[in-house]
Amino acid sequence: MTATTETTETTAPSNRRAWLYLLPVLVFVVIGAFLAFGLTRDPSVLPSALLDKPAPEFELPPIPGRDDHGFSRADLGGEPMLVNVWASWCVACRAEHPLLNRLAQEEGVIINGLNYKDRAEDAMAWLEELGDPFNYVGWDIKGRVAIEWGVYGVPETFVVDRNGTIVYKQVGQMTPRVINEVILPLIEKLRREQ
Amino acid sequence: MKRLLPLLLSALFWIGAAEAGGVKPDEMLDDPVLEARARTLGKQLRCLVCQNQSIDDSDAPLASDIRRLVRERLVAGDTDEEVKAFLVARYGEFVLLRPPIRPATWLLWGGPFAVLILGGVAVGLYMRRRSARGEPEIEELSEEERARLDRLLAGEGRPAG
Repeated sequence: MTATTETTETTAPSNRRAWLYLLPVLVFVVIGAFLAFGLTRDPSVLPSALLDKPAPEFELPPIPGRDDHGFSRADLGGEPMLVNVWASWCVACRAEHPLLNRLAQEEGVIINGLNYKDRAEDAMAWLEELGDPFNYVGWDIKGRVAIEWGVYGVPETFVVDRNGTIVYKQVGQMTPRVINEVILPLIEKLRREQ
Repeated sequence: MKRLLPLLLSALFWIGAAEAGGVKPDEMLDDPVLEARARTLGKQLRCLVCQNQSIDDSDAPLASDIRRLVRERLVAGDTDEEVKAFLVARYGEFVLLRPPIRPATWLLWGGPFAVLILGGVAVGLYMRRRSARGEPEIEELSEEERARLDRLLAGEGRPAG
């Protein structure tokens, strides 16, 4: 083993294959970019399979004690509206409720409610205490209509257009930001459409 | 053993609890054939709340509702595929624990095999190049080295320097 042979053997290939040593770094950067993107996504928020599809067929009785005819597929369409899934036992719904009141009173948005797995007296007490922004409310005591809507948690809010097509779904609590930046602009746009 | 016994018993308890899973007796169907089909389906359907559990393993109320719904549809005469299609239409393909094979999921299903083949090719190339280069020549020891080695092996102490 002499010094001369060693240098001729190793320097030539290392120049030729310099990019090979960069390969692991590149692979790391690509994987890192994917993982970093993954961190920005909330895994509990699932895309809705019902977006841009007509709302499902359903018919729900009213909450006993509330003066309406319940809520069914026939009540959708005509005007753009919200369908809000709520329950008196749902803490996030309580935080969301003032926003629904504001939408109904100040912005004139039609909101229909889907009361999910709730006792009638609890639901009625809730509406009395926090205000009633709803046009119609369906009483989904078994949660079966919620499954038709692809609901997997409360609250969830759907935006339905004039034709009864679901155009947006908010999973979880609506915030003032969501209302101002997503819901209201969308409702305005849908109102302009004929 | 005395100390081990309560540990073993509690371990048995937990095994039993895990076996019990989420399926409640009042949900089960009387027809054993339909119930077996419901169980097979239940293991393939994701609980949307807990996400990494099947509806059969989950205690979430929504999982229970979907277990009941699966059984209702089976009783109504749906095929297994129709039951799955019903849920996919409402919750998307995410509800299936085993994603279907189609163009969008080719990378998902084929990725591991592609990596295996790439790795195999790389190893094959490396081996071929190494055998083409041949065994490195081994230099014989010189007379002087051999003598020094013999001295060392004979245990004549460390050579100076």
